[in-house]
Amino acid sequence: MKRKVTEIILRFLLWSCTLLTIAILFLILGYVFFQGLPHINLRFLTTSYAPGLGLEGVWSMIIGTLALMGLTLLVSVPAGIFAAIYLSEYAKPSRFLSLLRFSIECLAGIPSILYGLFGFTFFVVFLKLQFSLLSGALTLAIMILPLLIRTTEETLQSVPDSFREGSLALGANRLVTLFRIVLPSAIPGILTAVILSMGRIIGETAAVYYTAGTVPQVPLSTAESTRTLAVHLYFLAKEGLDQGQAFAAAAILILLIAALNLAAQGTANYFNRRLTGK
Amino acid sequence: MKLKKYMTLGVEKFFWLCAILSLLALLLILGFLLKEGLPPLFSIGFKSFLLGQRWKPLEETFGIFPMIVATVTATAGAILLGGFIGLFTALFLAEVASPKAARLIRPLIQLLAGIPSVVFGFFGLVLIVPWIANRFGGPGNSLLATILILSVMILPTLASISETALRAVPQEYREGSLALGASPMETLFKVTLPAAKNGIIAAFVLGIGRAVGETMAVVLVCGNRPQIPQSLLDPIRPMTSTIAMEMSYSSGLHQEALFAIGVILLIFIVALNLSVNYILRGNKDL
Repeated sequence: MKRKVTEIILRFLLWSCTLLTIAILFLILGYVFFQGLPHINLRFLTTSYAPGLGLEGVWSMIIGTLALMGLTLLVSVPAGIFAAIYLSEYAKPSRFLSLLRFSIECLAGIPSILYGLFGFTFFVVFLKLQFSLLSGALTLAIMILPLLIRTTEETLQSVPDSFREGSLALGANRLVTLFRIVLPSAIPGILTAVILSMGRIIGETAAVYYTAGTVPQVPLSTAESTRTLAVHLYFLAKEGLDQGQAFAAAAILILLIAALNLAAQGTANYFNRRLTGK
Repeated sequence: MKLKKYMTLGVEKFFWLCAILSLLALLLILGFLLKEGLPPLFSIGFKSFLLGQRWKPLEETFGIFPMIVATVTATAGAILLGGFIGLFTALFLAEVASPKAARLIRPLIQLLAGIPSVVFGFFGLVLIVPWIANRFGGPGNSLLATILILSVMILPTLASISETALRAVPQEYREGSLALGASPMETLFKVTLPAAKNGIIAAFVLGIGRAVGETMAVVLVCGNRPQIPQSLLDPIRPMTSTIAMEMSYSSGLHQEALFAIGVILLIFIVALNLSVNYILRGNKDL
C-alpha cells in the first residue's frame, strides 16, 4: 500500500515539474507577446532612436545587431571550423590535447560579464580600438568559439569512417578527402552550429555593452560604436522610460531566437534524414 | 610535387593554429584580468577586500563580503529550486514520457534555454518584482526575485544535460531491475538515477556556474543594495551586478576594484570547471 502511494506521488511530481517548466515558458512568451506585439509596426521597425526628436524606433539597433552578428561570424566561423577539423581529423591524444580541450571548456564557462571586462581592457583600451563594432565582434568571436568548435567537431565525428576510407582507397590524399568528402557531409551540422551561435550573439548583453558601446546609431564602419537590440532593451528596462517599447524589443528578441531555433531544428532534421537515407 | 606537399603541410599547420587559438584566447583573458585585478587585491588587502562589510567607492572602502553572501545565497536558492524542477523534468523526458511527447517538449526547453538573459531580467522586473511587492511586501527587488529568475534560467540547462546523462544509462540496468520485481518508479529512482549520478552532478555544477556568472537578468531584479540579506525579501547585490552597475562610470582604484571582483569570479569559475572535468573523468571509468 505504502509502495503504491509513493509511486503515485513520484509520478505526480514528475508530471507537475515538467508541466511547470512548460507553463513558465508560455507565461513568459504570452506575457511579452501580449504586451509587446501591439507596439511593433513598420514605423517602430524603420525609424531610428532619438527620443529628444520624438523618434523612438529600433532601426539602428536592428542594423547594429546584424552588423555585429555578421562581423563576429566572419571572424569566428572559419576559426571554429578549422579548429574542429584539427581536433577531429588530425589531433592525436596527448597532454597538450587535453589542455586544449580543457581551455575550450573553460572559455565556454566564463560568464559574459568577464568577457565584457576582458574585451574592455584588451580590445577597447589596450589595442585602442575604442568602443566599436570591431571590439564587440572580436570579444563575441572568442565567446562563441567553444560552441562552434564543439558542435562542428561532433558533426565531423558523426561522418562515417567508411567515407574517408573509400576516398583514400581511391587515391585521394587526406586534404582532398577532407574538403571533398568529409566537410560536405558535415555542412548541415556546421550550419546548425552557426545558427545556434547567431542566437547567442543576438541575446548577448553584458559582453557587448562594454565593448561595442551603447551609441544608438547605424554603424558606418567597424570603428564606430553601435547599440544592439538586447543592449537597447537593457537600457529601456533600467531607465523604466517606456515599457511599451521595452516589451516590443523583448518580443522581437524572442521571435528572432524562436526563428533561429526552428531553423537549427530544421537543418538537424534534414541532416538526420539524409544520414539515415530516408 | 614538392610544392603540393608543402602546401598540404601548410594547411595542416594552419588547422593547428586555429585550434590553439582557444588556448591563446584563454591565456589572454586570464592574463589581462589578472593584470588589472590582482594589484588592487594586494593594495586593498585580501582580507579587507573579501571580508570587508562596506562598499563605499567614494571613501575608497572596498569590502565585497555582502556581495559574496548575495551571490552564494542566490545561487544556492536557484540551484535548489531550479535544480529540483530541472532534474524532475529530465527524469520525465528520459524515462516516463512517450517518445512523441518528449520530441514535442524538448524544443520548448531549448527555446527556454535560448531566451536572452536581458529578456528574463525584464520579465522579472515587470511581473515578478511587483508580484512579490504586492504579495509579501517590501520593495520587490529582492533575494527572492533573484532566486526565482535564476531558477528559471538554469532550469533548461540542468534538464537537458541531466536528460542526456539519464539516456546514457544502459537499458539492461532498467530491465534487470524490472525483472527483479521493482516497480518502474523504484527502478527510476534507485537504479537509473544513481547510475547517471556523475552526469547529473556535472549538470548541477554547470548550473551553479551559470547562476554565479549571470549578470543582466540579475541586475534588473536584485535591488542593488550591497548588504547582507536578513530575509528573502531584502534587496541584494551579487558580485556580477556590481561590475555591471559601476563599470560605466568608475575610474581609478574603484575601477580596479571592479576588476578584482572579476578575478574572484574567475577563480570561482575555473575551480568549478576543474571539478566538472574531474567528475566527468570519473564517469568514463565506470
